[in-house]
Amino acid sequence: MARNGVASWRRRSSDQFDDPSPCGSEDVHVLAVDDSLVDRKVIEHLLKISSCKVTAVDSGIRALQFLGLDEEKAAGDFNGLKVDLIITDYCMPGMTGYELLKKIKESSALREIPVVIMSSENVLARIDRCLEEGAEDFIVKPVKLSDVKRLRDFMTRDVGDRVRSDGEGTTHKRKLQESSDVSSSSPSVSSASSSSSSSLPTTPSRSPSPSPSVSLSEPSSPSPSTGSSGPCSPSSLESPTRRLKMTSCCD
Amino acid sequence: MPRFHGQSNHAPVDIVNQLQKQYVDYLSSLFHEGVLDDQFTQLQKLQDESNPDFTVEVATLFFVDSDKLINNMAAALERSPVDFKQVDADVHQLKGSSSSIGAMRVKNLCITFRSFCETQSYEGCLICLQQVKNECAVLKDKLQNLFRMEQQIVGAGGSVPLMD
Repeated sequence: MARNGVASWRRRSSDQFDDPSPCGSEDVHVLAVDDSLVDRKVIEHLLKISSCKVTAVDSGIRALQFLGLDEEKAAGDFNGLKVDLIITDYCMPGMTGYELLKKIKESSALREIPVVIMSSENVLARIDRCLEEGAEDFIVKPVKLSDVKRLRDFMTRDVGDRVRSDGEGTTHKRKLQESSDVSSSSPSVSSASSSSSSSLPTTPSRSPSPSPSVSLSEPSSPSPSTGSSGPCSPSSLESPTRRLKMTSCCD
Repeated sequence: MPRFHGQSNHAPVDIVNQLQKQYVDYLSSLFHEGVLDDQFTQLQKLQDESNPDFTVEVATLFFVDSDKLINNMAAALERSPVDFKQVDADVHQLKGSSSSIGAMRVKNLCITFRSFCETQSYEGCLICLQQVKNECAVLKDKLQNLFRMEQQIVGAGGSVPLMD
């Protein structure tokens, strides 16, 4: 049961620091969801070498099936394998990671399972939306070992600290600061690494790469997938200093 | 690989050193030319005794994936009318996976490619497709060289140096 899974972290958290394996001596079971073959392999390996048990699926639908939450099964009818964490890609055909997140949080049986979103697109409006929907964390791809290590941190954190955003952003800031060159929660702090605080779009990758020739003012409208091709077309990358919720840019 | 008496598959130290140096030089040049970026190093760091071929495996998956995506793009561009959304979706996928393995030049080409999809520029897309194809072929070639050099080092009894 999800509740037990969550509670067991609390018990483990006290010896987490002594434990060299990030996920604890008891295997943490992570469900990884990504339609990309390459990314699935990478995330699977990252988690495995962090001593986690991994189940990798290629779609939100399969994830829900694995969690026992599809139409044919009653909610709560688990296949017996407790899932401690769900990490999902955002952009997927069919059901996006956001839609998967919503379904999980809407389920009384599953909502306690922390969900982490991964995305190659560093769109703040998207990040906010996911966090508001209850995501624990948002990782900008490509995923690195340090990202997985960071997941360990919040897995050891007291469950009670996880606050759903009621307008107060809470758990997400660090990730933005560490994983991307974008400043995070405090609007007054501009990221040191992103000295181009002007309106130039910045790419999330750490390596030097040319900025995409995209207009900043173009509103992004990556609507939830209608099942057609091209589920995501996030075309605007907001500069770090414009972190206000600009409804025109919201997905 | 040279074999020496009394040494089980261990070439003299200077041979190993030379192989290692050649490897480091080659890998450095790939970073320098922008073919690879830091993410590739990240992947190499994930290799361990229980997964000694991780980087090779990921690279192999990438080429299987990219071949498929490139074929899809080519097919989509040949249709009339061209479904630019579909092409864009495939380019987006390729951009993602190239980013995940540290194939920086391929990734950057995909970024440009996407902007041509957005403006629905047929010529632009064709040019980008050709460039992406070429770049993937170049990458494959270079990675094969790199992995072969790794095998030579290990075969000579040395260990593969990890870039910082």
